[in-house]
Amino acid sequence: MTAPVLFDIPGPKARARIRIGTVIGSVLILGLIAVVLIRLAANGQLEGQRWAVLFDPRTGVPQTLGRALVNTLQVAAVGMVAATIVGLLLAVGRLSDHRAVRWLVGAYIEFFRAIPLLVVIFALYFLLPKYGVELTAYQALTGGLVLYNSAVLAEIFRAGILSIDKGQSEAAYGIGMRKSQVMTLILLPQATRRMLPVLIAQLVVLLKDSSLGFIIGYFELLRGARSLVEFFSVSFGNTYTFQLYVAAALIYIVINVMLSQLARYVEKRTRRNKKAAAVGALDMPLDVQMESAAKP
Amino acid sequence: MQFLIDNFSLLWDAFLTTLGLSALAGLLAIVLGTLLAAARVGPIPPLRGLATFYVEVFRNTPLTVVFFFLIFGLPQIDIILGFYTGAVLSLGLYTAAFVCEAVRSGINSVAAGQAEASRAIGLTFGQSLREVVLPQAFRTVVPPLGNVIIAMVKNSSIAAGFAISELSSLLPRLVNADAGQLTAILLGVVIGYMLITLPLAFVVHRVERRVAILR
Repeated sequence: MTAPVLFDIPGPKARARIRIGTVIGSVLILGLIAVVLIRLAANGQLEGQRWAVLFDPRTGVPQTLGRALVNTLQVAAVGMVAATIVGLLLAVGRLSDHRAVRWLVGAYIEFFRAIPLLVVIFALYFLLPKYGVELTAYQALTGGLVLYNSAVLAEIFRAGILSIDKGQSEAAYGIGMRKSQVMTLILLPQATRRMLPVLIAQLVVLLKDSSLGFIIGYFELLRGARSLVEFFSVSFGNTYTFQLYVAAALIYIVINVMLSQLARYVEKRTRRNKKAAAVGALDMPLDVQMESAAKP
Repeated sequence: MQFLIDNFSLLWDAFLTTLGLSALAGLLAIVLGTLLAAARVGPIPPLRGLATFYVEVFRNTPLTVVFFFLIFGLPQIDIILGFYTGAVLSLGLYTAAFVCEAVRSGINSVAAGQAEASRAIGLTFGQSLREVVLPQAFRTVVPPLGNVIIAMVKNSSIAAGFAISELSSLLPRLVNADAGQLTAILLGVVIGYMLITLPLAFVVHRVERRVAILR
């Protein structure tokens, strides 16, 4: 937050009021935390032994969660790399001089951005087999992620390419480069650098979306936690249910917060970089979920 | 085609479920998100911290996990929501974080002179936010807010994994139909979503043009 313009530098009276507000706010928050803790304790959810199971290799919990996490990361990594490559091609196609190519690519992008990702995944998983193409849950999930994210990334790259100062491509044409050379040697490298923070932010979205694999039964983090719950419930009932769900959620949050911080750091660096300064205003597609992108 | 007509009532019910889910969750998200944004720019540190924490947590948690927690996790501490309430709450709470970010970016985009002027004529924080800053902020955030809501409508498909019979859930439910029939259903589902998102995008565009401030 910048210097507060919405309220005055508080005087003695206002300071007293803010202190009261602070106390009331703190009491409320602490009260909320206390209620939650009491509820948890009343159900015995805070017993150390219930949490210890998460770290005890003899129970197989760390191994299973680890395997599930690797599956999640694998889907995210493969999906991101493939989506980036397809997205780059689509962005170039969207800026093509040929109207037919532009139109086709535009239709692809608009279509996949308009329908829910889960519908795409369902279509790959349930509909394609009817036409003789059997996909595993992994393939359907990755395929859906690539189809959707390549469309989003194409818009990101397009915005990046368009934001490069016109003089860059004019100069390149001026020294006799061909269209493909201007694109690959001049525009794309600069656009990619400019778009790096947004790409990382999109990786967070992709990682989050990989949890949709749960719904079609791919063994990712959430499904891993669920299968452990089902395994334990045979002999222990719901003793470890809550702990396992908390563990899965925390793993997601930690990874994604780290990625978000990385995106913020890279963005700050990019902004300081003078080489990347020869660019116009950035007109981001609006469904990119990035804090800085929303700022004017 | 006959299959689609036979199953029209199924498709229509699913469409209404998606619509109702989105409307309720959207309302919750906009109200809660605005309150969060006000807390984030406000003078009281604990509320600021709480709102920031809320946004960070929900933005970095997959929506599926939020669903999961509210529907399967909370019963472990004796809070039983039921599938529909759980779905509305999950979708609303998750989207509120994004609404908060959109509104906050709008508040930041209001020229500092506006806030300074309203302070100079003696308005309090609440008054200047209500009377001066937020009305202008909402105008500039119409497009991003509209996109957050459209994304939410698409996200409501996740409820399919949690026993809500909304549009997307028709695909796994009718999976035993033959290829042509399932394709028809897919088409119906896609059209169903577009019947919500396209008019929404149109309205957002109209409102944006109507309320835009020329600077």
